[in-house]
Amino acid sequence: MMGNKDSFITVDKVSFSYTGESGAAEGTALDQVSLNIAAGEFVAIVGHNGSGKSTLAKHLNGLLLPTSGDVWVAGMNTKDEQHRWDIRQTVGMVFQNPDNQIVAATVEEDVAFGPENLGLPTELIRSRVDEALAVVGMSEYAEAPPHSLSGGQKQRVAIAGVIAMRPRCLVLDEPTAMLDPVGRREVMETISRLNEEEGITVVLITHFMDEAVKAHRVVVMDEGKIVQEGQPAAVFQEIDLLRELRLDVPPVIELASRLRAKSLALPEAILTVDEMVTALCQLRSEV
Amino acid sequence: MSIEIRGLTHTYNPGTPLARTAIKNINLTIEDGETLAIIGHTGSGKSTLVQHLNGLLKPTSGTIKVDGVDITQKGVDLRSIRWKVGLVFQYPEHQLFEETVWDDVAFGPRNMGLSDEEVRSRVERALAAVDIDTALAERSPFELSGGEKRRVAIAGVLAMEPSVLVLDEPTAGLDPRGRQDMLRQIQRLQAERDLTVVFVSHNMAEVATLADRLVVMERGEIVMEGPPKTIFAQGEQLERIGLGVPEMTALMAKLREKGWDVPDSVLTVDEAEEAIMAVLRREARVGTGGDL
Repeated sequence: MMGNKDSFITVDKVSFSYTGESGAAEGTALDQVSLNIAAGEFVAIVGHNGSGKSTLAKHLNGLLLPTSGDVWVAGMNTKDEQHRWDIRQTVGMVFQNPDNQIVAATVEEDVAFGPENLGLPTELIRSRVDEALAVVGMSEYAEAPPHSLSGGQKQRVAIAGVIAMRPRCLVLDEPTAMLDPVGRREVMETISRLNEEEGITVVLITHFMDEAVKAHRVVVMDEGKIVQEGQPAAVFQEIDLLRELRLDVPPVIELASRLRAKSLALPEAILTVDEMVTALCQLRSEV
Repeated sequence: MSIEIRGLTHTYNPGTPLARTAIKNINLTIEDGETLAIIGHTGSGKSTLVQHLNGLLKPTSGTIKVDGVDITQKGVDLRSIRWKVGLVFQYPEHQLFEETVWDDVAFGPRNMGLSDEEVRSRVERALAAVDIDTALAERSPFELSGGEKRRVAIAGVLAMEPSVLVLDEPTAGLDPRGRQDMLRQIQRLQAERDLTVVFVSHNMAEVATLADRLVVMERGEIVMEGPPKTIFAQGEQLERIGLGVPEMTALMAKLREKGWDVPDSVLTVDEAEEAIMAVLRREARVGTGGDL
């Protein structure tokens, strides 16, 4: 089996245990997780620290290999040594702290680092770097030293460094956790654009529910298992489950649920302030 | 304990080509027992300002009076100021260094020259205040979760039993559960120990629920100051300086644009629910009005 035919990434009954220094298993981080991700999809994974979401993310490009089960990326099994490099190039990873991901003295050198390692000819590297910086909106900073940038700008440079490798999928592990509101917005806009305009498959690990509502599909993890999965509008209706897991319930969704409890006829799919305004105005104009 | 700041300016690397004025001419009085939040985006001077409150940074000009004592004067015992004003940095867990949780929390009180017995009772109280089980006390701080590490770091400051607690982005990088716990603990500390709390935050929702008063900084200056309801009613100005308002406040603003008569002082889901229902009830346009 080469993974599900319609699926770009297939996670098939994956369990994973971290092992201690003695080699003994130290708790199960993933417990029989199965998940299919289609090409071009935008999937958000939410859950607490320790829920297994980062462990799962690291399986998607073979940084970690399953203790049992399989992960297939574009038909390649991540356990297959000979595909390891192809898989890393197909699925790029972006991490939480931009400062740990930036290595060079200028922005463009940093973005060129990956393509240089691929041994590409100079002109091709140049065009890939220019393109990647344009996609994340950082062209004007090409010659700037990375330390002079804001957190959001640094994180966009880190994303450009991954994009310059031309991955088909981007896995981002809490990319906005250390950013201020402006930086968060910049990075989220960049991620949405990469997905919508460049057709890049996006897997976003996040603690922020207002980011997760922007995805096509939300996966909720707890104790190494997927406990809920579906479109944001459906997943976020499960306020009791979110509460039980002590995840944040987005205020608009909580308000919608309370107003429905007061027998206001609001539609199910209200996730944003604008959708709430439209629904309320609609309601007010009827009668 | 109150803190009075007058004409505070701080320039990094003065007299060099790298000179940069991070805060200028700040005037601010922090009242005894209040919870004050400082908001503003990265580089607006928030961290520079709070690092002056316990004398960690020296002003280029201006004065800071803690409990009536000007801490910028020569000969002031800065150690005793640091016992009164406890400062918790951003990502304080990066500064844990002792072999056990207990030793880390005990470090401050031991330096104060307190008796072993007093040190022990302070460490116990501090750990209890941040909900760290004493069973964890003999563990290495590095074995703890991110949220636990941060709470241990805060306990290290609390163990000095300061009257003013200053926290620089206490919830940054925590998961939702860690964030909720942290906010609850700050609230409880404020109430139980009658602490004056100053905290820096990027999260408008947590500022709205926790703070008595907000200070908004932009480019090293205080540009707005007042209770959350007053500040967040000025959404346009906040937006202009790159800050948002809580989601419910934004919702009310958009409803007002559409002709809804709802107040601009709404911060929470409760208040929003009430405001919307009030409009609909007034117009008696919903259902038969029976359960409204």
